[in-house]
Amino acid sequence: MKHRVVVTGMGVVTALGKDLDTFWNNITNGKSGVSHIESFDVSEYPTQIAASVKDFNPEDYIDRKEARKMDRFVQFAVTAASSALRDSGLNIAEDTDPERVGVMIGSGIGGLGTWEDQHNILLQKGPKRVSPFFIPMMIANMASGHVSILFGAKGPNSTAVTACATGTHSIGDSYKLIQRGDADVMICGGAEATIRPTGLAGFCSMRAMSTRNDEPEKASRPFDSGRDGFVMGEGSGVLILESLEHAQKRGAKIYAEVIGYGLSGDAHHMTEPDPNGPERCMKMAIRDAGIDPNEIDYINAHGTSTPVGDRSETIAIKRALGDHAYKVAISSTKSMTGHLLGAAGGVEGVICGLTLQNGVIAPTINLDNPDPECDLDYVPDEARQCDVQVAMSNSFGFGGHNATIILKKFEA
Amino acid sequence: MSDVLDRVKRIVVDRLGADEAEVTLEASFKDDLGADSLDVVELVMELEDEFDLEISDEDAEKITTVGEVVNYIQSHT
Repeated sequence: MKHRVVVTGMGVVTALGKDLDTFWNNITNGKSGVSHIESFDVSEYPTQIAASVKDFNPEDYIDRKEARKMDRFVQFAVTAASSALRDSGLNIAEDTDPERVGVMIGSGIGGLGTWEDQHNILLQKGPKRVSPFFIPMMIANMASGHVSILFGAKGPNSTAVTACATGTHSIGDSYKLIQRGDADVMICGGAEATIRPTGLAGFCSMRAMSTRNDEPEKASRPFDSGRDGFVMGEGSGVLILESLEHAQKRGAKIYAEVIGYGLSGDAHHMTEPDPNGPERCMKMAIRDAGIDPNEIDYINAHGTSTPVGDRSETIAIKRALGDHAYKVAISSTKSMTGHLLGAAGGVEGVICGLTLQNGVIAPTINLDNPDPECDLDYVPDEARQCDVQVAMSNSFGFGGHNATIILKKFEA
Repeated sequence: MSDVLDRVKRIVVDRLGADEAEVTLEASFKDDLGADSLDVVELVMELEDEFDLEISDEDAEKITTVGEVVNYIQSHT
């Protein structure tokens, strides 16, 4: 028997808000979270902007002693998971069997900041001064680990590490776990914190990021002819997925139903996209959902604002949806949030949940002169009222990893 | 003595998130102050830096209370 799976709680930590209301308000008002990087000296870097989470004091959310042993990406994950659980009203110890509650909060890169700090200590003070917490703080699976420890979630626990597809794989894999009966509840999504010298330098060397340093708020411009790369973001997006029976039994509020998941590999190149991979991924998700492509009302695009990526995704959407590609509303909220890498799918899953709940599509901002090769409806600049019934979210990662999930307005 | 104790206290409070009042000479790092094995390793590193001494792994294993640390430091500096 296949269990139906619903979204019952959501939480975010982003440059545009650390609570759902602020976040939703900002992205439906077309606000950019991108600004000049202040956390270290960027004068020698070609890219000097990012969508940084500001005024984040982990001790507001986490015990000081515990917070010290967490990399920033884990602090983001724990904070978002805690908000999502509160939003869901679920008390794991009291309301359910903890062995049926799992966690999958991935990270594309993991504890890069911890790695940098400890490597500096190694070079400056020698191996005997490297912290015993270096490895457990740095490893990418520790968001899932810490969240399970803090909330007593003893069910399935794992971590996807698929670069920028991580968050969507985490949600999709969690959906399948519940659907096939291996868990009743999954705390899932992604977390990332790579606005650090090595992270910035590495992506700069790839020529992957925008260098529009004098206009930070206009730098992330997916599908626009003037786009020149992505803008790095940081933070976390976490969803509480639950079997419908479990959610109804405890009278939970339901944001949406998860109905489809697809995943594929480009088998093409480390970093260059190939539209075939995303096309097959979207088709698989549509097949899994058992819907007709015409039923999709909204796509939250991967849309990172790189010249080749946005073009490739546009081709893939046309191939996967046929003529309906010209009718579906598509937006890239990365135009506002920046690209949260492994956390992007988590945050964008939350956006899809809010879109279905509120009947409003967040826009693609900075789309002043669409690229002639990007000729679909990207909901430019202004949010749009639309009674969205079915929403799809795409994420594609280096390595040729593709992930697509499909959410539907819940009907009992 | 009091100077060493104060400096040890400051490190223990900072690293273990303990209340200052709990950090008595008799307090055990693991049993009373909530330290796990990695906390103890980190604490030893901090103490080595603070007091400019080297504590061997063998000696470190024998130190279980705040008082033992203070005694060790006083007899090795």
